[in-house]
Amino acid sequence: MGSRIVILGGGTGGTLAANRLRRVVGDDVAVVVVDHDNSHVYQPGLLFVPFGLTHLDEIVRPRQHQFHRGIEFHQAAVDHVDLGAQQVLLEDGIALDYDVLVVATGATLLPEETEGLTGRGWMEKMFTFYTPPGAVALHDALAWFDEGRLVVGVVDLPIKCPVAPLEFCFLADWYFRQRGIRDRIELTYVTPLDGAFTTRVAAATLAGLLREKGVELVTEFNTGEVDGPGGRLISYDDREVGFDLAVMVPLHGGAPYVGRSPGLGDELNFVPTDEHTLQARSWPNVFVIGDAANVPTSKAGSVTHFEGEVLVENVRRFLAGEPLDRTFDGHSNCFIETGFSKALLIDFNYDTEPLPGHFPTSVGLPLLKESRLNHLGKLMFQWFYWHSLLPGRDIPGIGSAMPEHGKHREPAPL
Amino acid sequence: MPSATFAGKVVAVNDEGFLENPDEWSEEIASAIARAEGIELTEQHWRVIKFMRAEYAEKGTGPTVRVLGKTSGVSIKELYLLFPKGPAKLAAKIAGIPKPRGCI
Repeated sequence: MGSRIVILGGGTGGTLAANRLRRVVGDDVAVVVVDHDNSHVYQPGLLFVPFGLTHLDEIVRPRQHQFHRGIEFHQAAVDHVDLGAQQVLLEDGIALDYDVLVVATGATLLPEETEGLTGRGWMEKMFTFYTPPGAVALHDALAWFDEGRLVVGVVDLPIKCPVAPLEFCFLADWYFRQRGIRDRIELTYVTPLDGAFTTRVAAATLAGLLREKGVELVTEFNTGEVDGPGGRLISYDDREVGFDLAVMVPLHGGAPYVGRSPGLGDELNFVPTDEHTLQARSWPNVFVIGDAANVPTSKAGSVTHFEGEVLVENVRRFLAGEPLDRTFDGHSNCFIETGFSKALLIDFNYDTEPLPGHFPTSVGLPLLKESRLNHLGKLMFQWFYWHSLLPGRDIPGIGSAMPEHGKHREPAPL
Repeated sequence: MPSATFAGKVVAVNDEGFLENPDEWSEEIASAIARAEGIELTEQHWRVIKFMRAEYAEKGTGPTVRVLGKTSGVSIKELYLLFPKGPAKLAAKIAGIPKPRGCI
Protein backbone atom coordinates (compact mmCIF):
# COMPACT_ATOMS: atom_id res chain seq x y z
CA MET A 1 0.00 0.00 0.00
CA GLY A 2 1.56 3.34 -1.05
CA SER A 3 1.68 6.38 1.17
CA ARG A 4 0.39 9.88 0.63
CA ILE A 5 2.08 13.25 1.07
CA VAL A 6 -0.37 16.12 1.40
CA ILE A 7 1.01 19.62 0.82
CA LEU A 8 -1.10 22.52 2.07
CA GLY A 9 -0.47 25.58 -0.08
CA GLY A 10 0.44 25.87 -3.76
CA GLY A 11 2.64 28.95 -3.55
CA THR A 12 6.42 29.12 -3.74
CA GLY A 13 7.12 26.53 -1.02
CA GLY A 14 4.29 24.13 -1.79
CA THR A 15 5.01 24.11 -5.52
CA LEU A 16 8.75 23.61 -5.30
CA ALA A 17 8.36 21.00 -2.57
CA ALA A 18 5.78 19.09 -4.64
CA ASN A 19 7.95 19.12 -7.75
CA ARG A 20 11.08 18.07 -5.88
CA LEU A 21 9.24 15.38 -3.92
CA ARG A 22 7.68 13.96 -7.07
CA ARG A 23 11.18 13.30 -8.42
CA VAL A 24 12.50 11.82 -5.18
CA VAL A 25 9.74 9.55 -3.89
CA GLY A 26 8.56 6.38 -5.61
CA ASP A 27 5.54 6.10 -7.90
CA ASP A 28 3.64 4.37 -5.11
CA VAL A 29 3.69 7.63 -3.09
CA ALA A 30 0.91 10.07 -3.94
CA VAL A 31 1.72 13.80 -3.84
CA VAL A 32 -1.36 16.00 -3.37
CA VAL A 33 -1.33 19.81 -3.24
CA VAL A 34 -4.26 21.73 -1.74
CA ASP A 35 -4.91 25.44 -2.27
CA HIS A 36 -8.07 27.52 -2.10
CA ASP A 37 -7.49 29.21 -5.47
CA ASN A 38 -5.63 28.68 -8.71
CA SER A 39 -3.65 31.96 -8.94
CA HIS A 40 0.06 31.79 -8.27
CA VAL A 41 1.39 35.31 -7.72
CA TYR A 42 5.07 36.08 -8.23
CA GLN A 43 5.07 38.12 -5.03
CA PRO A 44 8.33 40.06 -5.57
CA GLY A 45 6.57 41.60 -8.59
CA LEU A 46 3.95 43.32 -6.41
CA LEU A 47 6.49 45.98 -5.41
CA PHE A 48 6.71 47.15 -9.02
CA VAL A 49 2.98 47.32 -9.77
CA PRO A 50 2.31 50.68 -8.02
CA PHE A 51 5.01 52.34 -10.13
CA GLY A 52 3.69 50.93 -13.41
CA LEU A 53 6.87 48.90 -13.86
CA THR A 54 4.92 45.67 -14.19
CA HIS A 55 1.30 44.56 -14.38
CA LEU A 56 -0.64 41.84 -12.63
CA ASP A 57 -1.04 39.78 -15.81
CA GLU A 58 2.76 39.58 -16.00
CA ILE A 59 3.16 38.21 -12.48
CA VAL A 60 0.17 35.86 -12.00
CA ARG A 61 -0.07 32.37 -13.50
CA PRO A 62 -2.32 29.36 -12.83
CA ARG A 63 -1.00 27.28 -9.92
CA GLN A 64 -1.95 24.08 -11.65
CA HIS A 65 0.42 24.71 -14.57
CA GLN A 66 3.43 24.87 -12.24
CA PHE A 67 3.18 21.23 -11.12
CA HIS A 68 5.00 18.31 -12.70
CA ARG A 69 3.05 15.32 -13.96
CA GLY A 70 1.94 12.94 -11.25
CA ILE A 71 1.03 15.67 -8.77
CA GLU A 72 -2.61 15.95 -7.86
CA PHE A 73 -3.99 19.48 -7.30
CA HIS A 74 -7.08 19.82 -5.15
CA GLN A 75 -8.68 23.26 -5.11
CA ALA A 76 -10.38 23.79 -1.75
CA ALA A 77 -9.89 25.78 1.44
CA VAL A 78 -8.63 23.96 4.53
CA ASP A 79 -10.96 23.86 7.49
CA HIS A 80 -8.52 22.26 9.91
CA VAL A 81 -5.93 19.56 10.40
CA ASP A 82 -6.48 16.70 12.83
CA LEU A 83 -2.91 15.81 13.76
CA GLY A 84 -3.87 12.71 15.75
CA ALA A 85 -6.02 11.28 12.99
CA GLN A 86 -3.45 12.32 10.31
CA GLN A 87 -6.20 13.94 8.35
CA VAL A 88 -6.88 17.28 6.65
CA LEU A 89 -10.51 18.37 6.66
CA LEU A 90 -11.37 20.57 3.71
CA GLU A 91 -14.16 23.11 3.51
CA ASP A 92 -15.67 21.21 0.56
CA GLY A 93 -16.34 18.35 2.97
CA ILE A 94 -13.55 16.07 1.79
CA ALA A 95 -11.17 14.52 4.32
CA LEU A 96 -7.65 13.79 3.09
CA ASP A 97 -5.60 11.21 4.98
CA TYR A 98 -1.85 11.75 4.98
CA ASP A 99 1.30 9.91 5.96
CA VAL A 100 3.32 13.11 5.74
CA LEU A 101 1.91 16.64 5.86
CA VAL A 102 3.81 19.61 4.45
CA VAL A 103 2.55 22.98 5.66
CA ALA A 104 3.25 25.63 3.02
CA THR A 105 0.39 28.07 3.50
CA GLY A 106 2.60 31.11 4.03
CA ALA A 107 1.64 34.26 5.88
CA THR A 108 -1.71 36.03 5.93
CA LEU A 109 -2.16 39.81 6.11
CA LEU A 110 -4.16 41.06 9.09
CA PRO A 111 -4.87 44.76 8.41
CA GLU A 112 -8.04 44.58 10.52
CA GLU A 113 -5.92 43.91 13.63
CA THR A 114 -4.68 47.50 13.60
CA GLU A 115 -7.29 49.90 14.88
CA GLY A 116 -8.62 52.16 12.13
CA LEU A 117 -6.46 50.76 9.33
CA THR A 118 -9.35 49.20 7.44
CA GLY A 119 -11.74 51.95 8.50
CA ARG A 120 -12.43 55.19 6.66
CA GLY A 121 -9.71 55.94 4.13
CA TRP A 122 -8.66 52.31 3.54
CA MET A 123 -7.89 51.87 -0.14
CA GLU A 124 -8.44 55.64 -0.59
CA LYS A 125 -5.52 57.16 1.29
CA MET A 126 -4.21 54.10 3.14
CA PHE A 127 -3.01 51.21 0.98
CA THR A 128 -0.84 48.15 1.00
CA PHE A 129 1.08 46.84 -1.99
CA TYR A 130 1.29 43.38 -0.34
CA THR A 131 -1.90 42.20 -2.10
CA PRO A 132 -2.66 42.27 -5.84
CA PRO A 133 -5.77 44.51 -5.44
CA GLY A 134 -3.86 46.77 -3.05
CA ALA A 135 -0.93 47.14 -5.43
CA VAL A 136 -3.26 48.02 -8.32
CA ALA A 137 -5.26 50.53 -6.26
CA LEU A 138 -2.04 52.14 -5.07
CA HIS A 139 -0.88 52.48 -8.67
CA ASP A 140 -3.90 54.65 -9.40
CA ALA A 141 -3.52 56.66 -6.19
CA LEU A 142 0.16 57.37 -6.89
CA ALA A 143 -0.68 58.60 -10.38
CA TRP A 144 -2.89 61.29 -8.81
CA PHE A 145 -0.58 62.12 -5.95
CA ASP A 146 1.38 65.26 -6.73
CA GLU A 147 1.88 67.01 -3.42
CA GLY A 148 2.15 66.14 0.26
CA ARG A 149 3.54 63.59 2.65
CA LEU A 150 3.78 59.95 1.69
CA VAL A 151 4.41 57.67 4.66
CA VAL A 152 5.58 54.09 4.30
CA GLY A 153 4.81 52.28 7.55
CA VAL A 154 5.56 48.84 8.93
CA VAL A 155 3.14 47.99 11.74
CA ASP A 156 5.12 45.15 13.31
CA LEU A 157 7.35 42.22 12.44
CA PRO A 158 7.47 39.55 11.19
CA ILE A 159 6.59 40.57 7.64
CA LYS A 160 7.19 38.99 4.28
CA CYS A 161 10.27 40.35 2.53
CA PRO A 162 11.39 42.81 5.24
CA VAL A 163 13.31 44.86 2.67
CA ALA A 164 10.26 45.51 0.45
CA PRO A 165 9.01 48.61 2.32
CA LEU A 166 12.51 50.12 2.05
CA GLU A 167 12.56 49.33 -1.66
CA PHE A 168 9.20 51.07 -1.91
CA CYS A 169 10.77 54.22 -0.43
CA PHE A 170 13.69 54.11 -2.88
CA LEU A 171 11.41 53.54 -5.86
CA ALA A 172 9.04 56.29 -4.71
CA ASP A 173 11.97 58.72 -4.68
CA TRP A 174 12.86 57.62 -8.22
CA TYR A 175 9.21 57.73 -9.35
CA PHE A 176 8.55 61.30 -8.17
CA ARG A 177 11.87 62.49 -9.61
CA GLN A 178 10.88 61.00 -12.97
CA ARG A 179 7.66 62.98 -12.74
CA GLY A 180 9.60 66.12 -11.87
CA ILE A 181 7.72 66.72 -8.61
CA ARG A 182 10.07 65.24 -6.01
CA ASP A 183 10.43 68.65 -4.31
CA ARG A 184 6.70 68.71 -3.58
CA ILE A 185 6.67 65.28 -1.94
CA GLU A 186 7.82 64.45 1.56
CA LEU A 187 8.80 60.79 2.03
CA THR A 188 8.87 59.20 5.48
CA TYR A 189 9.67 55.64 6.54
CA VAL A 190 8.13 54.51 9.84
CA THR A 191 9.39 51.34 11.54
CA PRO A 192 9.00 49.66 14.93
CA LEU A 193 12.70 48.73 14.79
CA ASP A 194 15.42 50.92 16.30
CA GLY A 195 17.07 51.31 12.88
CA ALA A 196 16.36 50.95 9.16
CA PHE A 197 16.84 47.16 9.35
CA THR A 198 17.22 44.38 11.88
CA THR A 199 20.92 43.71 11.45
CA ARG A 200 23.66 46.21 12.27
CA VAL A 201 25.80 46.48 9.14
CA ALA A 202 22.88 46.42 6.69
CA ALA A 203 20.89 48.86 8.86
CA ALA A 204 23.71 51.40 8.58
CA THR A 205 23.97 51.02 4.79
CA LEU A 206 20.19 51.24 4.30
CA ALA A 207 19.83 54.23 6.64
CA GLY A 208 22.56 55.92 4.56
CA LEU A 209 20.59 55.26 1.38
CA LEU A 210 17.38 56.65 2.91
CA ARG A 211 19.28 59.80 3.91
CA GLU A 212 20.85 60.13 0.47
CA LYS A 213 17.42 59.94 -1.15
CA GLY A 214 15.86 62.38 1.28
CA VAL A 215 13.61 59.88 3.05
CA GLU A 216 12.97 60.71 6.70
CA LEU A 217 13.43 57.73 9.06
CA VAL A 218 11.14 57.39 12.10
CA THR A 219 12.21 54.50 14.37
CA GLU A 220 10.75 52.65 17.38
CA PHE A 221 7.27 53.63 16.25
CA ASN A 222 4.74 50.89 17.08
CA THR A 223 1.61 51.85 15.17
CA GLY A 224 -1.37 51.25 17.42
CA GLU A 225 -3.96 53.16 15.45
CA VAL A 226 -4.45 54.69 12.02
CA ASP A 227 -6.70 57.72 11.74
CA GLY A 228 -7.71 57.81 8.08
CA PRO A 229 -9.83 61.00 8.02
CA GLY A 230 -7.26 62.88 10.16
CA GLY A 231 -4.31 61.44 8.21
CA ARG A 232 -2.34 60.28 11.27
CA LEU A 233 -0.48 57.16 12.39
CA ILE A 234 -0.63 57.00 16.18
CA SER A 235 1.83 54.89 18.14
CA TYR A 236 1.06 52.97 21.33
CA ASP A 237 3.07 55.55 23.24
CA ASP A 238 1.02 58.38 21.71
CA ARG A 239 3.43 59.74 19.14
CA GLU A 240 1.97 60.78 15.80
CA VAL A 241 3.10 60.82 12.18
CA GLY A 242 0.88 62.74 9.77
CA PHE A 243 0.27 61.55 6.21
CA ASP A 244 -1.54 62.47 3.02
CA LEU A 245 -0.97 58.99 1.60
CA ALA A 246 -0.01 55.99 3.72
CA VAL A 247 1.52 52.83 2.30
CA MET A 248 1.21 50.31 5.10
CA VAL A 249 2.61 46.85 5.65
CA PRO A 250 -0.09 45.31 7.87
CA LEU A 251 0.43 42.77 10.65
CA HIS A 252 1.12 39.23 9.46
CA GLY A 253 -0.01 35.94 10.91
CA GLY A 254 -0.11 32.36 9.73
CA ALA A 255 -3.08 30.93 7.83
CA PRO A 256 -6.33 30.97 9.86
CA TYR A 257 -6.84 27.17 9.64
CA VAL A 258 -3.60 26.76 11.64
CA GLY A 259 -5.41 28.36 14.57
CA ARG A 260 -8.31 25.93 14.10
CA SER A 261 -5.98 22.92 14.18
CA PRO A 262 -5.27 22.01 17.82
CA GLY A 263 -1.56 21.75 18.55
CA LEU A 264 -0.31 22.93 15.16
CA GLY A 265 0.43 26.65 15.55
CA ASP A 266 1.62 29.35 17.95
CA GLU A 267 -0.30 32.43 19.10
CA LEU A 268 0.26 34.13 15.71
CA ASN A 269 -0.74 30.96 13.79
CA PHE A 270 2.80 30.32 12.60
CA VAL A 271 3.95 26.73 13.01
CA PRO A 272 6.69 26.04 15.59
CA THR A 273 9.36 24.33 13.51
CA ASP A 274 12.84 22.94 14.11
CA GLU A 275 15.09 25.52 12.47
CA HIS A 276 17.59 22.97 11.10
CA THR A 277 15.39 20.01 10.06
CA LEU A 278 12.13 21.90 9.20
CA GLN A 279 10.14 19.27 11.07
CA ALA A 280 7.19 20.67 13.04
CA ARG A 281 7.69 20.54 16.79
CA SER A 282 4.17 19.21 17.29
CA TRP A 283 4.20 16.01 15.34
CA PRO A 284 6.99 14.05 13.62
CA ASN A 285 5.19 13.53 10.31
CA VAL A 286 4.55 17.25 9.78
CA PHE A 287 7.10 19.41 7.96
CA VAL A 288 6.98 23.13 7.27
CA ILE A 289 8.38 25.24 4.44
CA GLY A 290 8.38 28.98 3.78
CA ASP A 291 6.62 31.80 5.59
CA ALA A 292 4.34 29.44 7.54
CA ALA A 293 7.24 28.34 9.76
CA ASN A 294 8.31 30.29 12.83
CA VAL A 295 12.04 29.79 12.14
CA PRO A 296 14.18 32.86 12.93
CA THR A 297 15.08 33.94 9.41
CA SER A 298 13.42 36.16 6.81
CA LYS A 299 10.04 35.36 5.38
CA ALA A 300 11.22 35.41 1.79
CA GLY A 301 11.13 33.36 -1.39
CA SER A 302 14.88 32.81 -1.36
CA VAL A 303 14.69 31.24 2.11
CA THR A 304 11.85 29.01 0.91
CA HIS A 305 13.94 27.96 -2.07
CA PHE A 306 16.96 27.15 0.11
CA GLU A 307 14.71 25.24 2.55
CA GLY A 308 13.41 23.06 -0.28
CA GLU A 309 16.47 20.86 -0.48
CA VAL A 310 16.55 19.99 3.24
CA LEU A 311 12.76 19.65 3.50
CA VAL A 312 12.49 17.19 0.64
CA GLU A 313 15.47 15.17 1.86
CA ASN A 314 13.89 14.99 5.32
CA VAL A 315 10.48 13.90 4.04
CA ARG A 316 12.26 11.15 2.13
CA ARG A 317 14.29 10.15 5.19
CA PHE A 318 11.20 10.21 7.41
CA LEU A 319 9.36 7.86 5.05
CA ALA A 320 12.44 5.60 4.94
CA GLY A 321 12.80 5.64 8.74
CA GLU A 322 16.25 7.32 8.59
CA PRO A 323 17.52 10.09 10.92
CA LEU A 324 16.85 13.63 9.66
CA ASP A 325 19.31 15.99 7.98
CA ARG A 326 20.02 18.94 10.30
CA THR A 327 21.79 21.24 7.88
CA PHE A 328 19.39 24.08 7.09
CA ASP A 329 21.27 27.25 8.07
CA GLY A 330 18.64 29.95 7.58
CA HIS A 331 20.22 31.10 4.31
CA SER A 332 18.52 34.18 2.87
CA ASN A 333 19.41 36.21 -0.18
CA CYS A 334 17.62 39.37 -1.34
CA PHE A 335 18.02 41.90 -4.06
CA ILE A 336 17.06 45.36 -2.80
CA GLU A 337 15.85 47.59 -5.61
CA THR A 338 17.11 51.14 -5.03
CA GLY A 339 15.72 52.93 -8.08
CA PHE A 340 17.47 54.39 -11.15
CA SER A 341 18.12 50.84 -12.45
CA LYS A 342 20.29 49.89 -9.53
CA ALA A 343 19.97 47.37 -6.72
CA LEU A 344 21.78 46.08 -3.67
CA LEU A 345 22.23 42.42 -2.79
CA ILE A 346 22.29 40.99 0.73
CA ASP A 347 23.09 37.40 1.74
CA PHE A 348 22.91 36.03 5.29
CA ASN A 349 21.86 33.15 7.54
CA TYR A 350 20.97 32.36 11.18
CA ASP A 351 24.48 33.17 12.37
CA THR A 352 25.94 35.61 9.86
CA GLU A 353 24.42 39.06 9.30
CA PRO A 354 24.47 40.63 5.80
CA LEU A 355 28.06 41.69 5.08
CA PRO A 356 29.76 43.57 2.26
CA GLY A 357 31.84 41.67 -0.31
CA HIS A 358 30.80 39.65 -3.35
CA PHE A 359 28.32 36.82 -4.00
CA PRO A 360 28.66 33.86 -4.33
CA THR A 361 32.45 34.19 -4.64
CA SER A 362 34.90 37.10 -4.73
CA VAL A 363 34.21 37.64 -8.45
CA GLY A 364 30.41 37.61 -8.13
CA LEU A 365 27.74 40.25 -7.59
CA PRO A 366 28.60 43.09 -5.21
CA LEU A 367 27.07 42.71 -1.74
CA LEU A 368 25.54 45.59 0.24
CA LYS A 369 26.46 47.99 -2.53
CA GLU A 370 24.36 49.58 -5.26
CA SER A 371 25.03 48.30 -8.76
CA ARG A 372 23.33 47.95 -12.14
CA LEU A 373 24.33 44.28 -12.22
CA ASN A 374 22.21 43.59 -9.13
CA HIS A 375 19.26 45.35 -10.78
CA LEU A 376 19.62 43.09 -13.82
CA GLY A 377 19.85 40.16 -11.42
CA LYS A 378 16.57 41.20 -9.84
CA LEU A 379 14.85 41.48 -13.23
CA MET A 380 16.28 38.15 -14.41
CA PHE A 381 15.07 36.51 -11.27
CA GLN A 382 11.46 36.30 -12.38
CA TRP A 383 12.51 34.03 -15.23
CA PHE A 384 14.44 31.81 -12.82
CA TYR A 385 11.43 31.76 -10.50
CA TRP A 386 9.03 30.23 -13.01
CA HIS A 387 11.53 28.11 -14.92
CA SER A 388 14.00 26.93 -12.30
CA LEU A 389 12.93 27.61 -8.73
CA LEU A 390 9.31 26.37 -8.91
CA PRO A 391 10.15 23.29 -10.99
CA GLY A 392 12.56 22.47 -8.18
CA ARG A 393 15.85 22.84 -10.00
CA ASP A 394 18.93 24.31 -8.34
CA ILE A 395 20.15 27.67 -9.59
CA PRO A 396 23.67 27.06 -10.99
CA GLY A 397 26.39 28.06 -8.54
CA ILE A 398 23.97 28.85 -5.70
CA GLY A 399 23.56 26.11 -3.13
CA SER A 400 21.32 25.82 -0.11
CA ALA A 401 24.04 26.68 2.42
CA MET A 402 25.24 30.28 2.66
CA PRO A 403 28.57 30.85 0.86
CA GLU A 404 31.37 32.28 3.02
CA HIS A 405 33.85 33.13 0.25
CA GLY A 406 33.82 36.69 -0.95
CA LYS A 407 32.45 38.16 2.30
CA HIS A 408 34.34 40.84 4.16
CA ARG A 409 34.25 40.15 7.85
CA GLU A 410 35.14 42.99 10.16
CA PRO A 411 37.65 42.34 12.89
CA ALA A 412 35.75 41.17 15.96
CA PRO A 413 34.82 44.03 18.29
CA LEU A 414 37.11 44.32 21.34
CA MET B 1 32.27 41.48 30.45
CA PRO B 2 30.52 44.39 32.22
CA SER B 3 28.84 43.83 35.53
CA ALA B 4 26.34 45.78 37.58
CA THR B 5 25.32 45.81 41.20
CA PHE B 6 21.62 45.41 41.94
CA ALA B 7 20.23 45.02 45.44
CA GLY B 8 23.75 44.50 46.75
CA LYS B 9 24.52 41.67 44.36
CA VAL B 10 27.06 41.85 41.51
CA VAL B 11 25.69 40.33 38.30
CA ALA B 12 27.12 40.02 34.78
CA VAL B 13 25.24 42.14 32.22
CA ASN B 14 25.66 42.77 28.50
CA ASP B 15 26.43 46.21 27.07
CA GLU B 16 22.71 47.07 27.05
CA GLY B 17 22.31 46.11 30.70
CA PHE B 18 20.51 42.78 30.20
CA LEU B 19 21.44 40.03 32.65
CA GLU B 20 23.84 37.55 31.08
CA ASN B 21 22.53 34.72 33.22
CA PRO B 22 18.75 34.60 33.88
CA ASP B 23 19.39 32.26 36.84
CA GLU B 24 21.07 35.08 38.76
CA TRP B 25 17.78 36.97 38.77
CA SER B 26 15.75 37.56 41.91
CA GLU B 27 12.72 39.69 42.70
CA GLU B 28 14.97 42.13 44.56
CA ILE B 29 17.17 42.47 41.47
CA ALA B 30 14.05 43.06 39.35
CA SER B 31 12.92 45.88 41.63
CA ALA B 32 16.40 47.44 41.51
CA ILE B 33 16.63 47.27 37.69
CA ALA B 34 13.13 48.76 37.47
CA ARG B 35 14.04 51.61 39.82
CA ALA B 36 17.11 52.37 37.71
CA GLU B 37 14.71 52.69 34.76
CA GLY B 38 12.42 54.95 36.76
CA ILE B 39 9.71 52.34 37.35
CA GLU B 40 8.17 51.40 40.69
CA LEU B 41 6.83 47.87 40.24
CA THR B 42 3.11 47.28 40.81
CA GLU B 43 1.10 44.08 40.79
CA GLN B 44 0.41 44.50 37.03
CA HIS B 45 4.15 44.86 36.37
CA TRP B 46 4.79 41.62 38.25
CA ARG B 47 2.14 39.85 36.28
CA VAL B 48 3.95 40.74 33.05
CA ILE B 49 7.41 40.00 34.47
CA LYS B 50 6.39 36.55 35.70
CA PHE B 51 4.72 35.85 32.37
CA MET B 52 7.91 36.84 30.53
CA ARG B 53 10.02 34.51 32.68
CA ALA B 54 7.64 31.61 32.17
CA GLU B 55 7.63 32.17 28.39
CA TYR B 56 11.41 32.34 28.36
CA ALA B 57 11.74 29.14 30.38
CA GLU B 58 9.43 27.38 27.95
CA LYS B 59 10.54 28.79 24.61
CA GLY B 60 14.06 30.10 25.08
CA THR B 61 13.11 33.61 24.01
CA GLY B 62 10.93 36.35 25.47
CA PRO B 63 7.71 37.27 23.66
CA THR B 64 7.37 40.34 21.43
CA VAL B 65 4.93 43.12 22.39
CA ARG B 66 2.35 41.77 20.00
CA VAL B 67 2.51 38.28 21.46
CA LEU B 68 2.48 39.74 24.99
CA GLY B 69 -0.67 41.67 24.12
CA LYS B 70 -2.33 38.49 22.86
CA THR B 71 -1.26 36.12 25.60
CA SER B 72 -0.37 37.91 28.86
CA GLY B 73 -3.84 39.22 29.61
CA VAL B 74 -2.49 42.80 29.58
CA SER B 75 -3.38 44.91 26.53
CA ILE B 76 -0.65 46.45 24.39
CA LYS B 77 -1.85 49.93 25.34
CA GLU B 78 -1.47 49.12 29.03
CA LEU B 79 1.90 47.45 28.43
CA TYR B 80 3.13 50.78 27.08
CA LEU B 81 1.86 52.53 30.20
CA LEU B 82 3.59 50.00 32.46
CA PHE B 83 6.85 49.82 30.51
CA PRO B 84 7.12 53.04 28.48
CA LYS B 85 8.82 53.12 25.04
CA GLY B 86 9.53 49.42 24.50
CA PRO B 87 7.48 47.10 26.70
CA ALA B 88 8.95 43.81 25.45
CA LYS B 89 12.50 45.07 25.76
CA LEU B 90 12.09 46.79 29.11
CA ALA B 91 10.04 44.01 30.68
CA ALA B 92 12.65 41.48 29.50
CA LYS B 93 15.40 43.54 31.09
CA ILE B 94 13.56 43.70 34.42
CA ALA B 95 12.65 40.01 34.17
CA GLY B 96 16.34 39.21 33.76
CA ILE B 97 15.97 37.45 30.42
CA PRO B 98 17.69 38.27 27.11
CA LYS B 99 16.27 40.95 24.81
CA PRO B 100 13.53 39.30 22.71
CA ARG B 101 15.04 38.01 19.51
CA GLY B 102 13.94 40.44 16.84
CA CYS B 103 12.52 39.04 13.67
CA ILE B 104 14.59 39.45 10.55
